[in-house]
Amino acid sequence: MSDTVLARANVEPVEGTRVRRGSIGPRLQQQAGILGALTLFVLLYLFYQANHPRGFTGQVLIQNANEAFALALVAMAQTVPVLMAGLDLSVGAVMTLVGCIASHLVNGGPGEIALGIMACIAAGAACGFANGCVVVYGRIQPIIATLATSAIYMGFALILRPTPGGNVHEDLSWAMTNDVREFAATFGLFEGGEALWLQPFAWIPVPLILLALIILVIWVPFTRSVTGRTVYAIGSSEGAAYMSGLPINRAKLAAFTLAGLFAGLGGLFLALQTSSGNADIPQAAAYTLNAIAAVVIGGTSLLGGTGSAIGSMIGALVLRTISFNFRIFDVAPLLQPLLEGFVLLAAVSLGGLKLLRLKNKLEVYR
Amino acid sequence: VSTTAISGSALRGLRLGPDDKPIVFAAGFVLLILFVGTGYTLFTQGSAPLLQPQYLLQQLQVGSFLGIVAAGLMLVILLGHIDLSAPWTLTAAAMMATAVGGPWAIPAGIGVGLLVGIVNGLGVAYLRVPSMIFTLGMNAVMRGLMVAHTGGFAPQTAATDLMQYLAVARIGGVIPAALLVWLAVSVVVVVILTRMTLGRAIYAIGNRERAAYLSGINTNRVILIAFALSGAAAGLAGVLLAGYSTKAYQGMGDTYLLPAIAAVVIGGTNILGGRGRYLGTLVGVILIVLLNSVLSIMQMPEAGRQIIYGTVIISMLLVYGREGRLAG
Repeated sequence: MSDTVLARANVEPVEGTRVRRGSIGPRLQQQAGILGALTLFVLLYLFYQANHPRGFTGQVLIQNANEAFALALVAMAQTVPVLMAGLDLSVGAVMTLVGCIASHLVNGGPGEIALGIMACIAAGAACGFANGCVVVYGRIQPIIATLATSAIYMGFALILRPTPGGNVHEDLSWAMTNDVREFAATFGLFEGGEALWLQPFAWIPVPLILLALIILVIWVPFTRSVTGRTVYAIGSSEGAAYMSGLPINRAKLAAFTLAGLFAGLGGLFLALQTSSGNADIPQAAAYTLNAIAAVVIGGTSLLGGTGSAIGSMIGALVLRTISFNFRIFDVAPLLQPLLEGFVLLAAVSLGGLKLLRLKNKLEVYR
Repeated sequence: VSTTAISGSALRGLRLGPDDKPIVFAAGFVLLILFVGTGYTLFTQGSAPLLQPQYLLQQLQVGSFLGIVAAGLMLVILLGHIDLSAPWTLTAAAMMATAVGGPWAIPAGIGVGLLVGIVNGLGVAYLRVPSMIFTLGMNAVMRGLMVAHTGGFAPQTAATDLMQYLAVARIGGVIPAALLVWLAVSVVVVVILTRMTLGRAIYAIGNRERAAYLSGINTNRVILIAFALSGAAAGLAGVLLAGYSTKAYQGMGDTYLLPAIAAVVIGGTNILGGRGRYLGTLVGVILIVLLNSVLSIMQMPEAGRQIIYGTVIISMLLVYGREGRLAG
C-alpha cells in the first residue's frame, strides 16, 4: 500500500507533500482510538498508583491483573463479531459455561489437568462455532441469534453447577494468578524461579504474560490472515467483500469461533482465580455488557470495519481501573454504580465531538 | 392470459405477505404451546387449566407489563436502534411513583420514564452515540441513582390505590384492568405506526436514515420522540408492576428486557429496523407469556427453562426470520 502512495508521489511531485501527509493521516486515525484509550488508562492507573496507600507494590499489580484478566478476554472476544458489524451477546454466557466446566475438569494429576484445560478451550471454541453456524447457515441476525444461544449456554452452565462450587487444582490456580517467580517456584522451573536471568521479569504477573501471549499467538496472526482481513472487510461493506471473492462464510465462522475461544479462556481463568464455578446469570450479563463498553472505549466502531482486540483489552483495563480508583478513594459503594454510569456516558458522548468536524451533514447518517 | 392473471391475483390475495408469515407462525406456535401444555396437565393432573378463560386472563394480566415494555421497545427497534435502559427505567419509575404517592404518583412514574427516554433520544439522535451503548450507560446511571436514593434496600413506600387498581382490579369481575391498559397502549402504537406520519417516518428511518433525511424528515426529532415513547412505556409498566406487587423493589425490571426484545423479534420485526407489524409483537408477547406459564406448570428447573427459551427463539427465527442470501 505504501508503495503505491510513494509511486504516485514520484509521478506528481507537486502534490507529493499532500499525498504523503495523507498516507500518515489514515494510519494515525486508525490507531487514534487505541492511543486515546491507552492514554486514558495510563493516566487513570498512574493516578491510582500514586494515591494507593501502600504505594506501588508487586502484590497490588498482581491483584489488579487478576481482576482485569477475565473482562479483558471477554472484551477481546466481543471485538471480533463487532468488527464485522455484528454483536455477540453470548460472550458472558460462554465464559460462565467454560468456568463451570473447568470447575469440574481442571483437577487431579497433570494428565487430567491438561486434558481438562484442553476440554475447556475446545468447549469455548465449540460454543463460538455453534454461534457462527446459526448466523451463517441459519442466516439469523447475530445479535438475536447470540441472545438465544446465550440462554442455552446458561442453561447448560446451570445444569453443571446448580449451586456455586467445584474445585480447581490449587497449585495451578496459585501459579496462574501470581507473578512469574511464584509460577516458576510452584513448578520447580528455572531453579525455582531464582535463576539470575529471570530476575528482571520475575515481578511480572502471569495474567499479563498470558494476555501478551494470547495477543501475539492468536490475535496478531489472525488479523494478518486472509480470514482476518475478511472480517474487517465484512464490517466495512459486506456486499463489496462478497463481490471481491473473499471467503465470507469462513470468516464469519472463524470470527465467532475466535470469540468463543477468547471468552472460554476468560472463563477458564475466572475458574482458576476463584477456584470454583458459578452459573450466575446477572454476572454473565454484566460481563457481556461491560465487554461492549470496553470495546467502544477501546476505539472499535460498533458499525464495524475499524478497531482491534488490543484496543478492547485496554478498554477493559480502563473500566477496571475506574473501579480500582473507587476502592482506594472510599467512594460510598452506593454511589459507585452511578459514577460508573456517568463515566461510561461521558466517555461515549465524547464521540459526539467528531460531528463538529464533519464537512457534509449527510455523513452523519448511515 | 387474462384468466391466469385473475387466478394469479386471487392467489396472491391468499398468499401470505412477508410481514404476515411470522405472525401466522407465531400464532400457530401459541396454539401448539396450549396443546402441549394441556396434554401435559391432562396426563399428570387430569385437568386442563390452560384452557380455562380465567387462567388465560390471569396470564395475560401478568403479561401486560411485558406487553407494554415490548410495545415501546418496538418503536425503537423499528428505527434500527435498541433501548437497553428499560430495566432500570421501569424500576426508577416504580420507585418514584411510590415515593411521590397521592394523585401525582402515576404522572411522576411515567414522567421519569419519559425523561429517561428523552435523554436517550438526545444522546442517540443528536450526539450520535450508538444506541446500544448510550442506553446501556443510562441504565447504569438510573441504577446508580436508584441505589443512592434507596440506600440499596427496597423502598418502604407503597403503591397508591389507583396504581393497585390499574394493575390488579378486574372490570366487572372478569376483565383485568391491566389488560385494558395494555390494549390502550397497543391502540396508541398502532395508530402511530399506521395512521400518522410519525409512524411512516419511523419505518423510513429504519430502512435508510440518509434517504429519510433527504426526503425532508427531521430524523433527529423522530428518533427523539421514539425513544421518549419507549421510555414512557417502560415507566408505565413500572407504575403498573409496582401496583401489582404493592411496592417497588430493586431489580424489578431485570427480567423484562430480554423477553421484550425476544417478543418483538419473534413477532417478525427486523432487529435492524424498517420492517415489522405491531400485531406480531402482540402475538410474540402472548407466546412468551404462555411459554413461561406452561414451563412453570411443568415445574421446569431454571436450566431447562433457559435452554427451551433459547431453542424456541432460534427455531422460530429459522422458520421465518432468515435473511436473504447475500448477492453483492
